[in-house]
Amino acid sequence: MSEELAAVEETARRRGSRPIVWLAWFLLAFFFVNLAGIVFSAVVDSFGDNWFGNWLPQVWTTHYWSDAWHAYDLGQVLQVTLIVSVAVVIVSVLVGVPASYALARRNFPFKHAIMLVFLLPVMVPPIAYGIPLATAMYKFNTITHVQIANSMFGVILANLVPAIPFVVLTMTPFIEQIDPKVESAARMCGASTRKIFTRILLPLLVPGVLAASILVLVRTVGMFELTYLTAGTDSETLVVKLFDSISGAGIRAPQQSDAMAVLYMGMMLVLLVIALRFVNPTQLVTRVAEERDA
Amino acid sequence: MTVAPPAPAPARRHRPPDPRAHLSHRLAERGIDRTLWLLLPGVVFLVALFIYPLAYGLGLSFQPLKSTDPLYNYKQFFTDHLQRDTIGTTLRISLPAALVNVIASVPIAYRMRGRMRGKRFITTMLVIPITLGTVLTADGMLKFFDPAGGWFNKTLFASHIRTPDQPVLLINNYWGVVISLIISGFPFAFLLILSYLSGIDPSLDAAASTLGASPRRRFWQITFPLLAPGLAITFCLTFVLAFSVFPSAYLVGNPTSTTRVISIAAYEARSVETNDSKASTIALIMAVIELLVISVVLFGRGRLYRGSTGGKG
Repeated sequence: MSEELAAVEETARRRGSRPIVWLAWFLLAFFFVNLAGIVFSAVVDSFGDNWFGNWLPQVWTTHYWSDAWHAYDLGQVLQVTLIVSVAVVIVSVLVGVPASYALARRNFPFKHAIMLVFLLPVMVPPIAYGIPLATAMYKFNTITHVQIANSMFGVILANLVPAIPFVVLTMTPFIEQIDPKVESAARMCGASTRKIFTRILLPLLVPGVLAASILVLVRTVGMFELTYLTAGTDSETLVVKLFDSISGAGIRAPQQSDAMAVLYMGMMLVLLVIALRFVNPTQLVTRVAEERDA
Repeated sequence: MTVAPPAPAPARRHRPPDPRAHLSHRLAERGIDRTLWLLLPGVVFLVALFIYPLAYGLGLSFQPLKSTDPLYNYKQFFTDHLQRDTIGTTLRISLPAALVNVIASVPIAYRMRGRMRGKRFITTMLVIPITLGTVLTADGMLKFFDPAGGWFNKTLFASHIRTPDQPVLLINNYWGVVISLIISGFPFAFLLILSYLSGIDPSLDAAASTLGASPRRRFWQITFPLLAPGLAITFCLTFVLAFSVFPSAYLVGNPTSTTRVISIAAYEARSVETNDSKASTIALIMAVIELLVISVVLFGRGRLYRGSTGGKG
């Protein structure tokens, strides 16, 4: 966008201030105020005691944190969360990037059918395919006596179902924008396929792969349904434990689930800060390809 | 959806004796060459972990536990009003939530489409609820909207909008679920629409402005038609999020009546009744209904103008 156009747009926009615009800003502000309220309610509650009827707790304490840590064995839960999400990222990138290369570079019969296979897991609700998947996994357990469901391995497999299509759908446009002439030129100069891959493609792919991996990481840490359906007690991730503790309210102090929620929130925010170093916010929901103009 | 891998068998014979060379050459002309092998791991994974389980679930749904009639589960689902009504409940929650998310996003994103101070800050703030997810949002909502001591109602009492014996009830009912879906879905819809809007060439708007079109007319006659296909996609994606509502319907809703959505029915059939056959039936019905809604929207989208400037993504 040229500077002039931006200036024209800017003045046109200022002239066009109407009540509806103010309404839009008001709604946005209202949204943020409530969001902040929701987030800080949980944070304050996890550190507070005895604040019924008051604006803020009367007693500040950290003992709910240590209670939650021991009651839910959070050290182990964090370890499981880490292993599962890193494994999902690595496998989905190793499987998804080559597939997106083929989809970006070749036109072949049944390409639409293949694209549909990669698109459907994104479109179908996780519960809808998670239930048959978990059932099939438990069936597999009883037939072969190999633990798939109820284990970390099963959780990783289940989380790969949305992760691989996500990598494919975000990396295909990214690879499409890499000029194929670069590869042809390298081949003309006598580079072997392996050399083209390591010297030409890999360096060009790194930014896209980094962005896709961090997005898959965020999604996997936050994925509730599939993990909930396939995990056993010692293979639950943090978000599933959090759900258990909120839905089992009354058994334990609600502050304990708040402590866990704040821990989860902190983890997500760290991931988000890392993610935003590699991608801009709109890319978190759309695509990985960098836009020069944005 | 029985999708065979795209004819990898012929491609395997890549360095064969002479007569076959013609075949691999001919296949390469149609795009079938060794590159397609790269697709194999991905397709194998998805066939094994997605297509096969769905087919298995479909088979299972015709083998009811309590009857010999293969259609028993389906008949029971559609005759038992407790089960059948979950479809309506789910749509009553997810359609308004998805619509609100899309409709509220358009004017705000339209204002922010160009360069603007603080744009990166606002978009960053909006990503936070997406990353927090529904489970955490539910936990915060239970505190914030608490009818007795939550900050929301306390503010209303303090400003005399409501009296303490008439708090605004926004949790453990229909509204709790809709609010939770808006909190996680609105930022998602907003960021998508913003990206579609920034893909529309601003010189079109400037040209219309030069020709004397009013801001309103420019929006409805230039931007909106170009944006409409993107809106359809955005609606679909937020609808998918809203339709699969499970944690929030359970935690901040009223999971026994007004927010007994279809995913809860499926989950109960599995974990409470341990009836895998029934659970698979409900899960498949859920997938079919959702795909029906999406295909209706996308069919409508196919009738819209899709120009080269119609957004990206």
